[in-house]
Amino acid sequence: MSSNTAPRVIQCALPSSLTAYHDFVQQVLESLEELKWQAADLFGVHMALEESISNAIRHGNKEDPAKRVHVECQVSAERFWAKICDEGEGYDPSAVPDCRCPENLEVPGGRGLALICAYMTSVQHSECGKCLTMEKTLQSATG
Amino acid sequence: MGAVRRIDVSVSANVSVVRFKDQKIIDPEAIQELGQELFDLVEKEDRKKLVLNFSNVEFLSSAALGKLITFEKKSKRHDAELILTNISPEIFQVFAITNLDKLFQIKDSEADALAVL
Repeated sequence: MSSNTAPRVIQCALPSSLTAYHDFVQQVLESLEELKWQAADLFGVHMALEESISNAIRHGNKEDPAKRVHVECQVSAERFWAKICDEGEGYDPSAVPDCRCPENLEVPGGRGLALICAYMTSVQHSECGKCLTMEKTLQSATG
Repeated sequence: MGAVRRIDVSVSANVSVVRFKDQKIIDPEAIQELGQELFDLVEKEDRKKLVLNFSNVEFLSSAALGKLITFEKKSKRHDAELILTNISPEIFQVFAITNLDKLFQIKDSEADALAVL
């Protein structure tokens, strides 16, 4: 089933505080719930938003109160899309160690990105690592 | 000892069974407190057999996973045995994606854990 309805856009310039973005995430999840997204898919979106926004605050903006994290989400019955940009110095995503390697299992870092990639259909970095764009389409789900 | 705010601990046959009070383990302050309360079990109270029961946990972030990894290391350093139980399919998937199902000993139920501790 395809929908001609334009996606709903939810956006916010979030402060660089690890306690200040949960209401925004909840708002996105409630919008998807209204669009009849199932619990397992909502869990994946929740995880991806939690990890991408907290990474932007912690590693991108380094919790600098003068900086913001800019998040735009587009939600529809079949698709979730989000772009998360920080105001930090950027980074090289390919330099993040693979947390799944046996030698890195106990090393901190990299788990957030691995979770985002696992739950989203596609993930892309731009602006020298300062922006992350991610998408989940339900058509690709099995069953 | 400070107030225990994030976990409930009971003792069954010399095994400390830990249940998490928070359904969503996301808040950084809560994660910090949770970590300290877990670390105290092995570092201050010298408990040697531990079960972490996840039946109440609906969501946890990678920051929470980081605390669990540190707890696993501290448990090993203090010769304490640690088993995770009652993990929902959604949370188990988080462990599987990050390969932490290889790091932790995981059992279906508390009874399964008690049987091997």
